[in-house]
Amino acid sequence: MKLTKLLTGAAMALALATGAMADTTKVGFVYVGPVGDGGWTYEHDQGRLAVEEAFGDKVETVYVESVAEGPDSERVMTQMALEGADLIFTTSFGYMDPTINVAKKFPNVKFEHATGYKRADNVSTYSARFYEGRAVQGHIAGKLTKSNTIGYIASYPIPEVIRGINSAYVHAKKVNPDVEFKIIWAYTWFDPAKEADAAKALIEQGADVILQHTDSTAPQAAAQAAGNVYTFGQASDMAEYGPMPRVSSIIDNWAPYYIARTQAVIDGTWTSVDTWDGIPTGMVKIGEITDAVPADVKAEALAMVEAMRAGEYHPFTGPLKKQDGSDWLADGETADDGTLAGMNFYVEGLEGTIPQ
Amino acid sequence: MIRLEKRPQPSRAWSLATPLVAVLATMLFGGVLFAVLGKDPVEAIRTIFWEPLFGEFAFYYRPQLLVKGAPLVLIAIGLSLGFRAGIWNIGAEGQYIIGALTGAGVGLAFYPMEAFYIFPLMVLAGALGGWAWAMIPAILKTRFGTNEILVSLMLVYVAEQLLASMSLGLLKNPEGFGFPGSRNLQQYDSAHNAELIAGTGMHWGVVAALIAVIFAYVLLNRHMLGFQIRLTGEAPRAAKFAGVNPPRLILFCLGISGALAGLAGLFEVAGPAGQVSIDFNVGYGFTAIIVAFLGRLHPVGILLAGGLMALTYIGGDIAQGNLGLPAAAIQVFQGMLLFFLLALDLLTNYRIAIGKPEAA
Amino acid sequence: MDLSAINPVLLVASLMVAATPILLAAIGELVVEKAGVLNLGVEGMMIVGAIAGFATAVETGSPLFGFLISAFAGAALSLLFVIMTQVALANQVASGLALTLFGLGLSALMGQSYVGIKPPQLGQIHLPVLSDLPVVGQILFSHDIILYFGIALTAAVWAVLKYTRVGLILRAVGENHDAAHALGYKVVRIRILAILFGGACAGLGGAYISLIRVPQWTEGMTAGVGWIALALVVFASWKPWRALLGAYLFGGVTVVQLNLQAAGVAIPVEYLAMSPYLITILVLVMLSADKSSAPAALGRIFHASR
Repeated sequence: MKLTKLLTGAAMALALATGAMADTTKVGFVYVGPVGDGGWTYEHDQGRLAVEEAFGDKVETVYVESVAEGPDSERVMTQMALEGADLIFTTSFGYMDPTINVAKKFPNVKFEHATGYKRADNVSTYSARFYEGRAVQGHIAGKLTKSNTIGYIASYPIPEVIRGINSAYVHAKKVNPDVEFKIIWAYTWFDPAKEADAAKALIEQGADVILQHTDSTAPQAAAQAAGNVYTFGQASDMAEYGPMPRVSSIIDNWAPYYIARTQAVIDGTWTSVDTWDGIPTGMVKIGEITDAVPADVKAEALAMVEAMRAGEYHPFTGPLKKQDGSDWLADGETADDGTLAGMNFYVEGLEGTIPQ
Repeated sequence: MIRLEKRPQPSRAWSLATPLVAVLATMLFGGVLFAVLGKDPVEAIRTIFWEPLFGEFAFYYRPQLLVKGAPLVLIAIGLSLGFRAGIWNIGAEGQYIIGALTGAGVGLAFYPMEAFYIFPLMVLAGALGGWAWAMIPAILKTRFGTNEILVSLMLVYVAEQLLASMSLGLLKNPEGFGFPGSRNLQQYDSAHNAELIAGTGMHWGVVAALIAVIFAYVLLNRHMLGFQIRLTGEAPRAAKFAGVNPPRLILFCLGISGALAGLAGLFEVAGPAGQVSIDFNVGYGFTAIIVAFLGRLHPVGILLAGGLMALTYIGGDIAQGNLGLPAAAIQVFQGMLLFFLLALDLLTNYRIAIGKPEAA
Repeated sequence: MDLSAINPVLLVASLMVAATPILLAAIGELVVEKAGVLNLGVEGMMIVGAIAGFATAVETGSPLFGFLISAFAGAALSLLFVIMTQVALANQVASGLALTLFGLGLSALMGQSYVGIKPPQLGQIHLPVLSDLPVVGQILFSHDIILYFGIALTAAVWAVLKYTRVGLILRAVGENHDAAHALGYKVVRIRILAILFGGACAGLGGAYISLIRVPQWTEGMTAGVGWIALALVVFASWKPWRALLGAYLFGGVTVVQLNLQAAGVAIPVEYLAMSPYLITILVLVMLSADKSSAPAALGRIFHASR
């Protein structure tokens, strides 16, 4: 025990020394995929580049990509801390426990863990309210569909994905009571071939709008080949598939948050926070709505975005019931973050069960 | 004309020299690659090979070499016994997963009880799980003559699907807000494979790997069974006359490699990894095959080869962080190292002769 | 649940597309294994083919030229395997695994500037009358040309293996290299050609994913298809037509599974996903009774002593 303390003590002294010698702030990023994945990791790396852009010589960024969750991630984080990083972003849910472990050893280094729920004095968590974007998608999808069938390519049955399905469904249903959702669980975040197959299966079964919670553009290409099918970009803009089939998108925009947190470290004002931001702060961006969407629908969608930005509208506003018919939210009541964070039920009207 | 002539006996000098030559050749070609990518080649290679061992923060990286190398060595030792006898288990990845599942499953079944016997039971369950998974190709081979290479490989995919199913279902952490993955065994004292001496990286998996090396060495050099293994690989027909029972040998070799792979999985899940999750396996079972061959199927060689692989992983991550090398460049570099190490082994068993073959 | 939503005609048509990359890679590996060589580097060769074909198609605007280059790229990578296993006599299992590792890294390096680009499209064949036939037209006569090439290749490999002298020699080399050598056949040369052929096929299969099936380039996009192709060769018991059937089965399991989900059938996804491998093991066991199926010299090193 004493030996570790001694060692980490020495390490920290070194880390402090290097930090003091150079007056640049060092920011580390741990990525779960390659920066060339065109989706999740790509957008985090865009955020990193924005930090470099914003601070110039005052900040040095480093990253390690394709880091497996588990002991490898713990080692990479420790490595960054030893090498003098002042702030480390760990950008995958599976890095949660490793981040907490490493943070204990380096009390003077700040950590930011994406999408998790464990915090400490030097560990913040941050995540995006993608379901706000899903509400806009649901609205547009409900208006656009002629077959009244909307396909949804889901990844894993976890709260974040279930929130997205519920939010999209609630808003599609609102504008189109006959709408029906067909949901495929792909059990992957990223497998272009499988995503293409899933999109094709949905289209062949009559879906003319495809929503996806997986990261590749394969469903976009499948929709384009089929013609007359609408899609939405996921994680990144996927603008190359506009104006049809891609009519809009949800963009993960980490840059403002990364810049703000880096600034806080530079200023010495960093504290541990739990950030769950959405459209209001720009962490979730709605990609351009193309002309394939009728002007009135586009106006309504933009109005909804504006209402959320102003904090006047919450996507989960009662009256809403759960799938089994039990009451969830009373008229005018909005969902609390605790329920949303652990959401494990469908809202009323969705068919099928969430796989367990 | 250049020909290969088989040496009457493997050359001792070359078997020691080739790994060094291979590493040097990799440094040369890898250096060119790094230079093409616009990085300082000398600095990159120094970072990969020197930094983890003797750099400023070696006090942290050296223990990590044990953590990263132990599962590789443990699995490779088991595999090498079979490989020597011509029994090809290439499904260690699957046995590793199953060992982790059964071991962690036993531990989680006791949660939250604290008792001294939980961890030993988990170790037993992990070994048994890996052993049982390897028994499938073993029994199919002895009963029906089915090719064990292919069956063991197929079972890797099956095991991966089982892992996903368990992470999302049976073993999912009930307090995890619906996220996939089990409880963290690091936070469950009786089930935690903690460092034996803090800060050294020594956990039970490392101890097991070292024991396995010694055990394999003794077995191969001092024991009848080891003699039979070597004989079966080198001269199958002679082995029959020497009274080798092939089915028994198959069951033993596949069983021991499965059990060791299962143990590696258990030690990993209960220690460094902490939890069962969908992406728990990171390819140790496949990398261990390469480690076994890099080590020339010799216990001591495997120990060194496992260390070398761990070094390139850790050094590669440091090079990514410090020099901004892409992960893909590190992968290519590792690929080169393996190619050179495997290819140059030729010189141990063959000599290159120039000129026409002599008339016999 | 609404099974009537599944259109069997469209299902079969998309199943054929899903099966093509696996089929191409498997036919190549089948020839390699028939020659007695086990190359586990299929995944690596596929992904290098995927990026080489993609980059070529983007740069030249010609998908067909892209396919041509992908075959060369796959063969070029397999040349490394040739050097390892046929010249340096290294172990085939380890060399194949190293080849996959190397190929994955190399493809990522090659593809760095091709992320997020849309490739030029290869049109579907439209035959006047035939393609417009109900049911049959959609299943048989409205695909891209590479899909037909895959089926033609299967037929060609079958015919060559069964009826020609080349096929006979190839099989002889795979069954007993020492005997084949004694008969005066150039064992190493034949194996080298088989490995290069396998590499070219794997490259084509990879390009089919990046240029037609998905189509886009992203790192690691083959996502394990190469390993499935390896399983398929075994499943097919080294018979080309069975490989075609198996490719439809392996590709089909995913497509059918996704279709059932879309139709609202609650199915345990993981258990369905492992079924092709369990079936393969079953087939292997049944085949074991028939000793003639697996090439006897599979994976063994050959060195002519003189």
